[in-house]
Amino acid sequence: MADEGGESGSKPGFLDHIKKKTRELGAALTGKAREQAEDLKKPEETQLYRAIFRIKHDDEPRNRALSTLNNLFFHIHPAKVNRDATRYGYTWGMGGITFYLFIVLVFTGVLLMFYYHPTKVQAFRDILYLENDVPFGQLLRNMHRWAAHLMVMAVWLHMFRVFMSGSYKRPREFNWCIGVLLMVLTLLLSFTGYLLPDDQLGFWAVTVGTNMARATPLLGSQGPFGPQLGMNAYNDVRFGLLGGSIVDANALLRAYIWHCIAIPLIASVFMGVHFWRVRKDGGISGPSPVMLESETKV
Amino acid sequence: MFGDWHQLWVIISTPDNIPIVAMLLFVPFFTWLAFHNALANDRLIAQLEGDPQLARTHHRTTYPYNSRWERELHTNPFLMRKELLAALIITIILMVWALTLNAPLEEPANASVTMNPAKAPWYFLGLQEMLEYFDPWIAGVIVPTLIIVGLMAIPFIDANPLGNGYYTYKQRRHAIWTFLIGFEAIWLVLVSIGTFIRGPGFMWYWPTQTWDPDRVEFNVNRNLDQIFGVNGHWLAHILPAAWKPEAVIIARGLFGIIPMVVYGIVAALFIHWICMRTDYSRKIYRKMSLVQTVTMYIFLITMLFLPVTIFLRLVFRIKYVWETPWFSI
Repeated sequence: MADEGGESGSKPGFLDHIKKKTRELGAALTGKAREQAEDLKKPEETQLYRAIFRIKHDDEPRNRALSTLNNLFFHIHPAKVNRDATRYGYTWGMGGITFYLFIVLVFTGVLLMFYYHPTKVQAFRDILYLENDVPFGQLLRNMHRWAAHLMVMAVWLHMFRVFMSGSYKRPREFNWCIGVLLMVLTLLLSFTGYLLPDDQLGFWAVTVGTNMARATPLLGSQGPFGPQLGMNAYNDVRFGLLGGSIVDANALLRAYIWHCIAIPLIASVFMGVHFWRVRKDGGISGPSPVMLESETKV
Repeated sequence: MFGDWHQLWVIISTPDNIPIVAMLLFVPFFTWLAFHNALANDRLIAQLEGDPQLARTHHRTTYPYNSRWERELHTNPFLMRKELLAALIITIILMVWALTLNAPLEEPANASVTMNPAKAPWYFLGLQEMLEYFDPWIAGVIVPTLIIVGLMAIPFIDANPLGNGYYTYKQRRHAIWTFLIGFEAIWLVLVSIGTFIRGPGFMWYWPTQTWDPDRVEFNVNRNLDQIFGVNGHWLAHILPAAWKPEAVIIARGLFGIIPMVVYGIVAALFIHWICMRTDYSRKIYRKMSLVQTVTMYIFLITMLFLPVTIFLRLVFRIKYVWETPWFSI
């Protein structure tokens, strides 16, 4: 390379060579960088993007469908829905809102669990600590409380809507039953959470509630035919619920475990079945075309 | 003392009572919305019934329709953006609520200081209210079980194939009335009474009446057999000598069967009368299997028993209709 210049004349020095090479390299790098910066405007063509999303997100009908079907979270939906089924006026959005509130409750609930000990010594103090010292602790607790109330309301209104639109009818009978159980689980979730602050409100609400369990026929110490079967305050169904004969430390622990682990797990399983059956029973029920009396085979 | 508006405000603005106050607005709104949809569909149904030619070609919804439109939309984005919008609205409501109102926290739990009134959370106040009228085993165990099982039985009892997946009133009158009575007229009314009416000692306070923790209420309730003066005197004559001391108990137990049976028959006849009112309902009724019919009767008779008992207690001050040594109703 060095003998290009010839015998005499201006033989390019080593320095010039370096300069030239640097300029070339600079131009090449700038060009490449410009090219890649240009590519960044199309992130969907990067390897990273493709690794995550697997498909193009463009306006192709096929890719629109795939964006639902190929996504773990969205694939509970069908790729396409009845044009009128997206109306709030038909579904009121209540089922989805209930599920969303459940997610909010799990999220805020897990955060609350970081600050809470289910013991008689600490439970109430933990609430005070949450309210006064933990950053956003009061907001966290408020959100959990009100989301729970909202969820109960949304569940009831969802049931009301499903009834009024006749959506429990064949082939959705079984899913209605699952829904009833989910409503009961929602109420139980809310009720078990009521005791956890270990204040007077929860204590007396749970006392009133579990005193009723004493009166369970056959299984309660004060219920019909209970005493005849050998039930007393130390072996009846109320004792089992409270882990004792009074609302105390064991009851707190039991409420905590039911509230944070057992019922959410059970409810999640039922929710899975509920959503799965919505799809298997042909998607959401309507709005279906109206039928006439003369068209029934009664 | 009446006219205590501050008392009413205290009850309404108690943070844990906000949901039921909200429900007092939501439920009428959604009932209106459901009926708004149902009556629109009913008008369409009437129109199609009167015009068979139209019925053959009509798209059969009340929503805007164009044969060139696609029948189905892509979930992404047409459904998902609505879901996102709903989630955002709920989040905003929840945030505003959580920022403006603190979750209640009372004194630390203390078994020796009773809360007065000691109330369950608002959604269970219907059951607690039921405790006023029934023994705990009925109010706390039997009624909730029957509600759950009864709700789950609805799709299997309702043999009417019409109204599947669209709002209608005309085609499902009985079902809708039953649900409205059960959910709104009984359940939500009981919850509201438990929230707004019941004060210290779980006693009855009219709205704007001052809550008085020292109030004493004399128990003036009596059993139906006491009103009829059942004392077992004449039964004692025909009983064996060994049973004579229990004559009054036996007489009351036997007497109580009468009003229960009478109620059962009257309620059954009422339900039967309702089921036989239109040609279509007669057809449905005849199609139902024996198990369906019996289950429907049991649940409807039991459901109607609640308001009847509440009425007897509140108006006639009757405690038990049927008293036995083991259970009383």
